[in-house]
Amino acid sequence: MQEIWDILPGLGDKLAAHVVLAASAIALAMLIALPMAVWAGRSRTVSRIALSLASLVQTIPALALLALFFPLLLSLRSVFGEGLPTLGFLPALMALTLYALLPILRNAVTAQANLDEGVLKAADGVGMTKWQKLVLVEAPLSAPFIMAGIRTASVWTIGAATLATTIGQPSLGDPIFAGLQTQNWALVLAGCLASAGLALAADNLLWVIEVGLARRKRWMTFGGMAIVVLGICAALWGQRTDETERPIVIAAKQFSEQYILAQLIGSRLEAAGYRVEYRDGLGSAVVHSAVASSSVDISVDYTGTIWANFLKRADNPGREAMYETIREWELRENGVKVLGRLGFENAYAFAMRPDRAKELGVTNLADLVGKGGSLTVGGDPEFFERPEWLAVRDAYGLRFGRTRNFAPTFMYDALRSGEADVISAYTSDGRIAADKLVVLADPRGALPSYDALLLLSPRIADDPGVAAALQPLLGAISVEAMREANFEVDREDAGKLTPPQAAEQLAKRTGLEK
Amino acid sequence: METAPPLLRFDGVTCRFGEVTAVGGVTCDIAFGSFVAMVGASGSGKSTLLKTVNTLVEPTGGRVLFGGEEVTQLKPARLRRRVGYVFQGIGLFPHFSVAENIAIGPRLAGEKLARERIAELLELVELDPAYATRMPDELSGGQRQRVGVARALAGEPELLIMDEPFGALDPVTRDALGRKVRELHERLGLTTVMVTHDMAEALLLADRVLVMDRGALVADESPRALLAGKGGTVAQRLVSVPREQAEKLAAMEGLGEPRS
Repeated sequence: MQEIWDILPGLGDKLAAHVVLAASAIALAMLIALPMAVWAGRSRTVSRIALSLASLVQTIPALALLALFFPLLLSLRSVFGEGLPTLGFLPALMALTLYALLPILRNAVTAQANLDEGVLKAADGVGMTKWQKLVLVEAPLSAPFIMAGIRTASVWTIGAATLATTIGQPSLGDPIFAGLQTQNWALVLAGCLASAGLALAADNLLWVIEVGLARRKRWMTFGGMAIVVLGICAALWGQRTDETERPIVIAAKQFSEQYILAQLIGSRLEAAGYRVEYRDGLGSAVVHSAVASSSVDISVDYTGTIWANFLKRADNPGREAMYETIREWELRENGVKVLGRLGFENAYAFAMRPDRAKELGVTNLADLVGKGGSLTVGGDPEFFERPEWLAVRDAYGLRFGRTRNFAPTFMYDALRSGEADVISAYTSDGRIAADKLVVLADPRGALPSYDALLLLSPRIADDPGVAAALQPLLGAISVEAMREANFEVDREDAGKLTPPQAAEQLAKRTGLEK
Repeated sequence: METAPPLLRFDGVTCRFGEVTAVGGVTCDIAFGSFVAMVGASGSGKSTLLKTVNTLVEPTGGRVLFGGEEVTQLKPARLRRRVGYVFQGIGLFPHFSVAENIAIGPRLAGEKLARERIAELLELVELDPAYATRMPDELSGGQRQRVGVARALAGEPELLIMDEPFGALDPVTRDALGRKVRELHERLGLTTVMVTHDMAEALLLADRVLVMDRGALVADESPRALLAGKGGTVAQRLVSVPREQAEKLAAMEGLGEPRS
């Protein structure tokens, strides 16, 4: 519990970013929904179409909606030029705005439809123009209901804004995603508490405005509005950057190793006098494009991932050839500089519990042939769609009884509990050693290599200082050292470390720091 | 003999809504200073005809002349300030105080109504000027309709049109308010057209009764003439209701006090 209180004060900048994002989305949704509601009030067709579209948006999971804006904006670059941001604030704002439309639109349309007919007739009878009727009668009488819609939209948006983390927009989702991946529950709870607290505060403030409007208590309406405006201004002020020059932004995907390496890289750059910023918890597909577009500056990626996902290659020319091809391709196609390899691989590998392996007499993938029919294989959510799986399956002619998807963290639990017999583990994962798992050999070389690479964005590709600061990392991290660091973050007992602590340990162990 | 042109003239007014003909070619004049009641069953077209006066309904055929000008040629906002409108739903603006409700017409014309004038209007409809600061939901139904009448009079209209103005009120309030309106009609020199389905109300308040049936004007008589049996079958059927009620009541009175 104490831990959570220690974390909360450090979330100030995330909170500010969260407030600015959510408030912008609500404001934009109001700008779109309110005129649309007026139009819908005058045409049944418009009303039906607008409400159907807004409802349709609601059926898309918020996470997917956020992710969909990345390819959309990427394709729009052909129209608006390369300057169009594809990650961060813009896509998050667009997705959340769409999400906030429905409650505002629906309440505004319903409020209009339920206005007393006698009052509307009187408005015409006393000679109001359409505009006067809207401003003097329809708007003030609908205001409390519209405000209720805005309240609902605010609570939803503040909640959904935590997901903006996955597309590179800082928010209170940062501690939640970082905590989930590193199993740091205090961090998860702190993020949840902060965003829930923000949602509650917004809900109550807007409630005061709503009641003020309904009971025509001006001091409540304007008091509530004043506090909302003050809060947003404070958040904007908190977001201002003093320096004109952008710090070096280090990306991390959503697993422990990435958090640790990001910290390791960051601390070396800071020691060399650079200002750094971390963009944690990015989606795997997003990170690569983010580096290519200099939205982030440094990332750690893996040869096998780039080979399959971006070069779209399914062949396996061998470790060295793969590395050289990627290095050349990144520079040519994206202007991204591959500084070098860190020294370890984080490849896919099939792992089993030792007792189970012994029982079945399995030591390599070929041994599974003919035995797979009764076995369950577990993989991370994308594994069974990946070329590696197809390559292994076809190279050995493997047939499994069942395939199941698990979040990486739970894959090992599934193996322990017997819910899976074989899992697609990662070679640098600390739990392989901790659980004394047997990694099945790959005699036919079906699994591609996954050398960890250090990628630099075009923006800093030719910065000699950065290269000098990071050079010592190349070839310095063995798979054993990485496994140990990963385990320190993933373990659940008293020895658990945070990613920065683990990064410090890793630096000492590899002799990068005394 | 030349007479002054009428204040209001319906000239072959027809209102069709799709297949339905609500008003089928009504022609009649309404003179300055007259109090005219339009009576008819529900769906006879009387309310629709009334709404053509302030263009809440636009006729599909014929024209309505107000002071010699065709109403559809006048700016609706300006026209409606010259025509006070009172209707059954009242339609007080719930977010405005009584004073703001009364002052809305002049306010739309860019004119601020003095507090004294609002007090005067409230007194006209027999409400205490202290009511000015109340909100509509603090008033009884009768008080609300009084405010409705005050609002219709605030712009000093030439013509007052009323659509079932007392329909939702209890009989006592209804009677009192009816008399009040008639008295204001005299005092302010208004021309009044009132739509009602209650023949008794029409006979007691108006100088002239128009009877509508299925979109047509079927009778145009003075109350006295109607009571004398003129106006045709539709009109007489409507007149027979209050007459029989009155006769029964008189007969009961003739029997003396009922025993207990």
